[in-house]
Order: sequence, then C-alpha cells, then structure tokens
Amino acid sequence: MTLDIAFAGIVNGLMAGGVYVLVAVGLTLIYGVLHIVNFAHGSLLMLAMYAVLYLFRQPVGLDPYLALPVVAGGAFAFGYALYRGVIGRFSGGKDDNILLITLGLSIIIDNAALFLFTGDTQTIDVSYAGRFVTLGPALLPLPKLISFGASLLLCALLGAFIALTDTGKAIRAVAKERQGARLVGIDVENVFAISYGIGVACLGAAACLLMPFFYVSPSSGHAFVLIAFTTVVLGGMGSFAGALVGGLLIGIVESLGGLRFGEQLGQIGIPAVFIAILLLRPAGLFGER
Amino acid sequence: MIGTGASRRAFIAGTTAMAAGSLGLPSIGGAQAKPVKVGLIHPVTGFVAYNGQQSRLGATMAIEDLNRAGGVKSMGGAKLEAVLGDSQSKVEVGVSEVEKMNEAGVAAYVGCFQSPVGIAATQAAAKYNTPFLIDVGASDLLVKRGLKNVFRMKPGFGRCVDDGIAALGALNKGAGGGAKTAVIVHESGEFGTGTAKLLAGKLPSIGIEAKELIAHDNPTRNFDNIALRIRSLAPHIVMMSNYGNEYMLLARTLFQQKVDLMGMFSVLGGGFNYKFVKEMADASQYMMDTNHWFNPLSASAQALKKRVEAGGALFTFEVYLSYTSVALLADALERAGSADKEKLIDALGKSTFKADLMPYGPTKFVDGQNEGGLPAVMQSLKGEIEVVAPAQFASAKAVFPRPKFN
Repeated sequence: MTLDIAFAGIVNGLMAGGVYVLVAVGLTLIYGVLHIVNFAHGSLLMLAMYAVLYLFRQPVGLDPYLALPVVAGGAFAFGYALYRGVIGRFSGGKDDNILLITLGLSIIIDNAALFLFTGDTQTIDVSYAGRFVTLGPALLPLPKLISFGASLLLCALLGAFIALTDTGKAIRAVAKERQGARLVGIDVENVFAISYGIGVACLGAAACLLMPFFYVSPSSGHAFVLIAFTTVVLGGMGSFAGALVGGLLIGIVESLGGLRFGEQLGQIGIPAVFIAILLLRPAGLFGER
Repeated sequence: MIGTGASRRAFIAGTTAMAAGSLGLPSIGGAQAKPVKVGLIHPVTGFVAYNGQQSRLGATMAIEDLNRAGGVKSMGGAKLEAVLGDSQSKVEVGVSEVEKMNEAGVAAYVGCFQSPVGIAATQAAAKYNTPFLIDVGASDLLVKRGLKNVFRMKPGFGRCVDDGIAALGALNKGAGGGAKTAVIVHESGEFGTGTAKLLAGKLPSIGIEAKELIAHDNPTRNFDNIALRIRSLAPHIVMMSNYGNEYMLLARTLFQQKVDLMGMFSVLGGGFNYKFVKEMADASQYMMDTNHWFNPLSASAQALKKRVEAGGALFTFEVYLSYTSVALLADALERAGSADKEKLIDALGKSTFKADLMPYGPTKFVDGQNEGGLPAVMQSLKGEIEVVAPAQFASAKAVFPRPKFN
C-alpha cells in the first residue's frame, strides 16, 4: 500500500466514521442514561431514512440537509412518545423488560416498513452528488464531506447541551445516580423519555446525512447497528467522547483493513482492534471502571 | 393474456388472502376440478426482499391470468392455487418451506431467486419427486446435480457469461481493442463468486486480463475503499456481479469518486433496472449489463409491462421470469392432463413451450436447463435501458469506450 493510498484510505475511513459516530452517540446516550441496549436502533434509523426520502420527494421537495431540523425534531418527538407510550409504560422500570420491548419494537417496525414501503430499495439523487473536493490523493465526494462535518458539529452541540443546560445536567444526574436524582426532585421518567428522544433524534440527523449517498430499504438500518454497538463498547459504554473517538477509529480501521486485506478479510480489523483495546482497557477507551 | 389491472401493493399486502382464496378456489356449488396447488417460494423478507416480491408478483399474476383464461383445460378447467412461502433469504427456511408445502400437497414449486436457497430447496423437493421450476436462480449448479425434478427456463450464468464476454469482446474489438485489463467486483455468495470465477476464466479469450477479483459482503455500507483500490489498479474495465443494493452503491461510488474507465460491464447485474437508470441517470450512464430481458416485440410482454407499471411496480426481470415459469408449468400440466408428479416431470422434460414474453426459441431441456434461453446485453443511455445485443433485438448502438470524466 503506497502512502498516497493509505492517506486516501484514512480520509475515507474518517468520512465513514463520522456517520458511525452520530449513530453510536444516540445509542450510547440511551445506554448511558437508561442502561439498556436499544435493539430498535437500526429500525428507528431506517424509519428516519424513509422520512428523509418522502420529504425529499415531491410535493415537499426538501433537500436532506435542510430537512435535518425537521427530521431530527420529528424523531425526538417520536422517540419521546415511544418511551412514554410504550417502553416506559410496559417495562415496569425493569431493564430486562426494556430490552425485550425494544427488540419487539424492532421486529414490529421492520415488518411494518416492509408492509408499508415494500422491500424496494429507494435512493435520492441530489444535484451535488457528483461534486467532490480534492485533498491530496483523496477525492472527497461533497455529500460525504458535508456529512462528516455536520456529524462532528452535531456531536459538539449535543455535548454542549448535555454539559451546559439544566436538562443536560438532569440527564447526567439520572445517568449517574437514578435514585439520588429522584430524591432531589428530578422527574426521572421524563428524563428517560427525553434521553430516548435525543437518542432517536441523533438517528434522525444521521438519516439526513446518510441519504445523499446511501439507500433505504426496510433492512438498511441494520447495516449500521453492529458498527454502532461496537463503537459504543469500544469507546466505553455511555461515553460521548468514546463514541466519537471509537466511531472514527472504527472507520479508519475498517478502511485500512479493507485496503490491506480486501473488503472481506479486512473486516477482521474491527473485532481485532476491539478485542485488543478491551484487553488493555476493559471498560473501553473512555469508560469508567 | 387477459388485461386486468395489477397493483403490486395489493399483491404484497394481501398475499395470504390471495393464497387462500381468490386465485384458485373453485366457485361455490360448481363441479369444478380440484385445484392444482403451486408452491411459490421467494425471499419476500430479508435483504433481497424486493427481488422476491417482484418474483411473487410475476408468478401470482400468471396464476391469475391462467385461471381467468379457464384453468387447465385438459384437467377439466382445474385452477391453479398459489401456496405462498417466504424463504427470508435463508437456506434453512427455504427448505422448511418445501417441507411445509409438500404437506399442503403442492404439485410443483416455483422459486427461489437466490441460488444457495434454490440448491437446497430443489434437493428437498427431490425427496418427494416434485417438479421444481427455478425462475431466477443463476447458478449452473442448480441444474448440474442430476436431479430429475429441476427445470430452469432462463439461461444460467454460464450461458450469460459466455454471451456477455462475446459481446464485450466484439465491442472492444470494434473500438480498437484498447481494453486489456479488468477488475471484477462481486458479492461473496454462490452467485457473485461463481460468476466472477467464470468471468475471470473467460476474459483472456477476448484479450482481457482480470487483474483482481474483489469480493464484498452483503450488505456493504461503503464502497470508497473498493473505488480506491480500483483506481490504484487502473483497469480499463470494471465488471460487477452483485445484488441490487451493492450494485447501485458501487456504481454511485465509482461515479462520485470519478474513476475513469473504458466501461462498466456486469453479467446478471442485480441492480441494473429501470429504477436505477432513471433515479441515478448520471451514475448509471454508459453502464452495461448482460441479463434477462423481455421480448420487446411481443405484444403480450408490452401489455404485461403496462399492467405492472400501472400497479406502481417496475417491470423487472424477476416479474417476467417468474410469470414465464408459471406459464411453462401450466403448459406442462395441460399436456400431462394430470398433476401426477411423474407425468408432470415427463411433460416438462419434453416441453417445446414457446415463452411468449421472452426472446427465446421453443424450450429444449437438457438436464433441466433450457437450451433455448437467450440473454441480452443492455446499456444505460440517458436514463433509459437500451438493448445493444443481440442485433435482432437491439434498440441502440453501444457507446464504448465511455467518455472520460474530464
């Protein structure tokens, strides 16, 4: 592998990693606060991608990037309502129940999508799809570059929201000590619903960033789920910084592994790095022991 | 062919109801012959669900048409009754569908889209000596195991590769023989790997060397690396053998990464269809594919195309191949005068059925493979699919080599 190709591979990996980050951040937020693995993550991403698709098409005709506030906002509302109406209501506060409910939701959403949208693969073709930016030996397609930048920006905004706002502080308090938060008057159930909503909103944003260069079908969200889970565990479960670094790292490892060993064998790089890091830091890169 | 409106949504949404009732059950009080159950096994869920649904659409439309036309006349007007199965893109589920449908008393099976599922399902059906008509599966292994119950109308990938390579050789020769190297990108299953190996073996016969075979999984999220690898190898041609999503994603990535090639050429390219060339006219422009194609001169094919499109679906190869497979089965039933499995297998083996929708000659089965099948070579030009070979069906002249990006 020449240096030029390695450089282009790293840049490609970073671009891919940018989206992994956004998908993983939602997952890690939900885990960090609710302490559950959201099995419906891929299915909700797929639903958001369909929302982007239908907003893009006539009569609305909204560009996917301009649709971001709409889809992310809608996804938040949907996630909030889903937690309030289904997950929180039927889980009885038990983590095991939430796990099974999200798994059930995933199955229902996937099959409902298959029924409503059929198995047909759908794409959108934005006018700037063929434009690119040259960075040394790497060609960066404009949609991927925009997605990368937007993903990092959104992560920074989310980080600031969690760090600086009262709601963010309440989320952190609930994540740290659920019972203590309740004792000081925080509406824990509401914080759960808000956290779930924000996690789903991240998926809404990721869907807007993905659609200009990816496709949607009822199973397309699952293409990102394993990567997102790996990112969350690698970075340290519940850690924003971990999701960010983990996502980018996985993107680069996947890219260089693919270039060096071929697309199939190169995928081994992800679990290899994953295992190596967990051997050295069992709680993940930024996880707390 | 009787022209009734076809709604794909209706087919997909109401499949169970359709299987149970409207297609094949005799009218109440009539002394009609016992319906002939036909097992339709397709992956209507899973990662190739679209293809499976398209196959189901074609097969059920054929059953509907045949029933409306009076059923199997030699069997007293017996209607065909669809028994619907979902293989879910899984081999073991395909086999279990065969077993379930055998319990339900099917006279024959039609399916399975994916070759690995088809290989296992036909083997299972062989236990019961039940005819199995492969509608879409591409692997030649499907018809090379000495199973007497397996029949395939369409040409397999061996024939498609031969014809595709010959067409590519003729194009390259006509353009001065400038293309000397190729990279083959293929999905890692039986279909993609088998086709890629065949392509690599045949390319030297037209003066082209396969520099590398690049396999990828299903699904693949990102083809940037493969584009990068292709650019570093600088082949004249990229050949691709994969299913719809990856086919489309690879084409779009090579377009976005401005990889200059003399041509992009696939054999049985999973994503080369109307939807792809219309929605991504720029990315698909000049791409070529050797694939199944309906007979554009057939009035029946054009009528069916209109009906399918009126129902909101695309007239993809799955639709007309599955439709034709059911029509072949109905013809065999008519000649056998019975749904007896031995008689049906015998009738299929001796079939000289003329597939009206397809540009095929009369059927001639050799070891279950129709020797009369014929693939077409197509090119995407300005958002349309044009047939560029064979000459008797060509609607446009091929553009080769394709213009460079800069």
